[in-house]
Amino acid sequence: MPYVVLPWLAEHVELPADRTAHQLAADLVRVGLEEEAVHTSGVTGPVVVGRVLERTPEPQKNGKVVNWCQVDTGERDDAGAVVPRGVICGAHNFDAGDTVVVALPGAVLPGDFAIAARKTYGHVSDGMICSAAELGLEDDGEHGIIVLARGSVSVAASEGADAASEGADAAPEAPEPGSDALALLGLADEVLEINVTPDRGYCFSVRGVAREYGHATGARFVDPGLSAPAGSGPAVPPTTPEAFEVAFEDAAPIHGVPGCDRFVTRVVRGVDAAAPSPEWLQRRLRQAGMRPISLAVDATNYVMLDLGQPLHAYDLATVHAPIVVRRARPGERMTTLDGVDRALDAEDLLITDSPAGARGERAIGIAGVMGGESTEVTATTTDVLVEAAHFDPITIARSARRHKLPSEASRRFERGVDTRLQAVAAQRVVDLLVRYGGGVADDARVGDVDRTTAPAPITLDPASVSARVGVAYTYDEVHDVLVQLGASVTDIVVEVANGSTTADHRELVVVPPTWRPDLTAAVDLIEEVVRLRGYDQVPSVLPHAQVGTGLTRSQRLRRSAERTLAESGLVQVLSYPFVSPHVHDQLGEPAEDPRRGAERLANPLTEDQPELRTSLLATLLPVAARNIARGATEVAVFETGSVTHARPGGPGVLPPGGVRPEPDVLAAVLKSVPAQERHVAAVLGGPVGSATSAEHAEALIGVVHRLAAALGADVRLRARPVPEPWAPFHPGRCAEVVLTGADAPEDLVLGHVGELAPKVAAAFALPRRSAALELDLDALCEHARDAVALAGKLSTYPLAKEDVALVVAADVPAEDVRQVVLEAAGDLAESVELFDVYVGDQVGEGRKSLAFALRLRAGDHTLTAAETAQVRDAVVRLAAERVGGVLRG
Amino acid sequence: MTTENGADDSALDPTDSAGVARAVEEALLAVERAGTLEELKEARLAHTGDRSPLALANRGIKDLPGSEKAAAGRLLGGARGQVTAAVQAREAVLEDERAQQILREETIDVTLAAARGRAGAASTGQVGARHPIARIAEEVADLFVAMGWEIAEGPEVEHEWFNFDALNFGPDHPARQMQDTFFLANPTGPDGATDPAEDAHLVLRTHTSPVQARALLERDLPVYIACPGKVFRTDELDATHSPVFHQVEGLAIDKGLTMAHLKGTLDHFARAMFGPQARTRIRPSFFPFTEPSAEMDLWFPQKKGGAGWIEWGGCGMVNPNVLRSVGVDPDVYQGFAFGMGIERAVMLRYGIEDMRDLLEGDARFSRAFALAGETGGVA
Repeated sequence: MPYVVLPWLAEHVELPADRTAHQLAADLVRVGLEEEAVHTSGVTGPVVVGRVLERTPEPQKNGKVVNWCQVDTGERDDAGAVVPRGVICGAHNFDAGDTVVVALPGAVLPGDFAIAARKTYGHVSDGMICSAAELGLEDDGEHGIIVLARGSVSVAASEGADAASEGADAAPEAPEPGSDALALLGLADEVLEINVTPDRGYCFSVRGVAREYGHATGARFVDPGLSAPAGSGPAVPPTTPEAFEVAFEDAAPIHGVPGCDRFVTRVVRGVDAAAPSPEWLQRRLRQAGMRPISLAVDATNYVMLDLGQPLHAYDLATVHAPIVVRRARPGERMTTLDGVDRALDAEDLLITDSPAGARGERAIGIAGVMGGESTEVTATTTDVLVEAAHFDPITIARSARRHKLPSEASRRFERGVDTRLQAVAAQRVVDLLVRYGGGVADDARVGDVDRTTAPAPITLDPASVSARVGVAYTYDEVHDVLVQLGASVTDIVVEVANGSTTADHRELVVVPPTWRPDLTAAVDLIEEVVRLRGYDQVPSVLPHAQVGTGLTRSQRLRRSAERTLAESGLVQVLSYPFVSPHVHDQLGEPAEDPRRGAERLANPLTEDQPELRTSLLATLLPVAARNIARGATEVAVFETGSVTHARPGGPGVLPPGGVRPEPDVLAAVLKSVPAQERHVAAVLGGPVGSATSAEHAEALIGVVHRLAAALGADVRLRARPVPEPWAPFHPGRCAEVVLTGADAPEDLVLGHVGELAPKVAAAFALPRRSAALELDLDALCEHARDAVALAGKLSTYPLAKEDVALVVAADVPAEDVRQVVLEAAGDLAESVELFDVYVGDQVGEGRKSLAFALRLRAGDHTLTAAETAQVRDAVVRLAAERVGGVLRG
Repeated sequence: MTTENGADDSALDPTDSAGVARAVEEALLAVERAGTLEELKEARLAHTGDRSPLALANRGIKDLPGSEKAAAGRLLGGARGQVTAAVQAREAVLEDERAQQILREETIDVTLAAARGRAGAASTGQVGARHPIARIAEEVADLFVAMGWEIAEGPEVEHEWFNFDALNFGPDHPARQMQDTFFLANPTGPDGATDPAEDAHLVLRTHTSPVQARALLERDLPVYIACPGKVFRTDELDATHSPVFHQVEGLAIDKGLTMAHLKGTLDHFARAMFGPQARTRIRPSFFPFTEPSAEMDLWFPQKKGGAGWIEWGGCGMVNPNVLRSVGVDPDVYQGFAFGMGIERAVMLRYGIEDMRDLLEGDARFSRAFALAGETGGVA
């Protein structure tokens, strides 16, 4: 995001000299430019200009040669004579008479490198002669120390800190020894990095940020994008008939918007393309996060950073008129400046030229994205063609993405560039090439093909601003803010019917400024009013919502479910829903298991986890295992979350926004979203009392009963048939949780609970005998009873207790027997509970005894012994008939 | 050297290919007949052990003339390998059968707990706990319900129209690109290519805002809803980012709502979450689905390195295009929306510095909140 260099900003807007970057950030955030970071050079303390007086090479025993130098760092004795400073230096790219940068004791360089006088190579080195890298500057590639001047001649015209403007001519003299090198190198400047939201592309320029600073503080802003006297920009010469010929031939505009609607060309002759950019310009590019390359490139980049207009410089000798701006043809290719040969897309907008009269045959650039190799400015270039154009944001955005070439230019074009900026920006580049490249502007070849249209006017009712914001703005406030913004504002008077009379009402017709393509509707202008008047003016008023009906039933039940599980000793955790296809094997899901039909991500975070989970246990088991791996001896966790089933399929639809889709289209949209149920799952594991203990499975079975009771759901557990195991469970230790109750759908299985199959526990590195459960929480909540069943009148007649022990085959589920007992006891049964299970010699091999406690009571009389005996007989009869039960003798 | 086959242990001639084949056949039959791991062990010793015909024949190779050694070696090597492979295959089957048998024998009566007529409890002896994110989401929901709002919900795998188009994100909006959004893969044909007509336009929702559009389609106006939920972005997990995180969305659409009502709601929300001293500010920002848009900052006295403003979420007045997308007349109704990160609230409130602790599922983390009181408190 853009870097704001404070002295640079001060060229366009009044900025107090003592303003810090943090203060600037506080000002800008009020108008919506957020601070990303404040960058400092990391260099503090005395770093000064030094002139090398003597350099004595001293060979060392290790074969290395160091220089023992006497350097003038500006110190003078009482008589005014130089007091030289002795410094050891390992670099060799300098000599006596050269001007260098010296860090004196007390200075701190990047990386907390403190400079002190120290003994080395037999001398006391009283400072350090610095390289670019040591100062945190980009290395020029020579890896030596920085030489500011050879002899008494400045290496590159340097303007010093006080004369930063490009307009001031700096004398090419070496800087004075002892002067502050931090200011000279721009290391004293703070740089504010800001975030710019997508609607504010013009803030990718010093011009735009300066304007916003003016809005935020009232400081006077002078627009460098306008020629004097309206602004501070240069005058622009008139276009000429001999201008470089340019044609727009866009046969396939996107959304009907032509790819290019303005193209300014200028010619500068006799440029010394090998001349270096001035030091101040290089410094500013670096501070703004760009790398200096060559004068022509640096000049276009500098003007882009300043004004926000991307520019391109061509070697005029290699460009053949006319330039044709058109879309790419099928199969067309070009080699961009980065040396990559690229296949072009029919949507790519190209800058082409016409070698040997072949009109528009050769691509010389992807518009707004990157230029081509063939017409690049090189060290041998003498005449430069400067381009400043305006392109369609969507065209540029798509090309930049398609070719994965986000560039400084595309970043600006895709956010929208000011349509009135091109001529001034081109003139600024021309001026730089003239001044620093020794060129001459060819005023006979000034081109400007301009098909831009003025922004559409927007009608704004000033009353609507207050009605949306809740601040009573006056007509004048609204009007003045819009003028301050740069819009042209006119009044219209509309008649408003008010009962039988009519009243005149003033509305505003607003033509937004050309640098604000984001302003297209009245609400956009409303935001500008509240933004410039201050968001802090908006009062705080609590709205009175219509009275609501509280949480829905299923929302309440889900809360109950989570609390019940936590109160049962389970800890709620979260897991990511991404899984590997391999997890289905780990879980032991058979080939035809529907849970293998998972949805996949097109761009997963990790290639080995492209699927969305179809069961919670697929992601909860690894989380449980992570707890064990981190040293827990036992794990008791649960999660509630969504699982995703494979989509129904069929052709997709994507209606446009901004208008309610037709009912059938909306239905198709809704239908294409795959089913996603909320599930609840839990894992319980840890040390067990015996090798075959089922304690964890039994505990979770208990949890399921408790959960169902808490929610008011009638459920029954039944053994999953052993020959048809349900993954990931132990075939003999897995229960299906089935919905019962009058309204329950036939045989609706809500989920499963039981011990993990040994292979699954091993695959996930969980303790043996670990248990798990997974239930469809949505279905459970949906079928929970709406209210507790009415208990009826409570009987106060005495309770009769009767115990019955029945011997049945060992594989008969106890609950089946209890149901039989309940049924046989009929209306008199208040409760029937199993209180003892006996297996052993007394009942014989393959059999067990189940002892039930019956609590019997009648609603209208005291039960007689005969009645309880009848119940007992009925129980025994029905048990014999239904489950082969025999009364234990 | 030829002798009667099978007459005695040492009779198999290492060059007798027919004899070797017969020995192999016998061995394979014995392996196949082994019904238990013990029987298999016997068969293995008999047919591959030191005194087995094949082993003895193998030992006889060294006595053969040099010219016959290689062929005999190949013959017996192949034969012994075949038998060993059969033994191993059978062993796997029998081991699996034994495992299955053990599992059958381990069968328990899963209905015992029900028959006993009481609900059991997990037997860890530990105190359970809810996750702080779930608890804060609940707390937020309670706050809005207390204000007369309702709690709305929507799917995590969402249609692009709800996630983007209905919210005024045009087709070329940068947020729709792959770098932020998880897209669902489309079915591929046999040639591995996807049919664009099959593109179901599904994404993992990047924010809870699609619930705005769903709520406005489903409900009668006015609408006052909050929506806590899970959202997804293609960020790698680190101390401050996660590909899966939680937001709470708020939406109020009525006649006469203004930014002042938005500010009032945010202030109330902040004080409820962070105590009566909490302050908020709104500052200009940009979101496609609001105009004006704002970032909401929270004054945070405990901020590391000194008290300061902390970004808490985005908000604004609902863009008229969003209302048009769901058929609500923006000239009659207007309102506001906001979205906040729940992780951020949890981290601020409890001084948690690493987001991974919240999301990696370490039970020690949740358990630390077990006794913090179900309604939570001000940190």
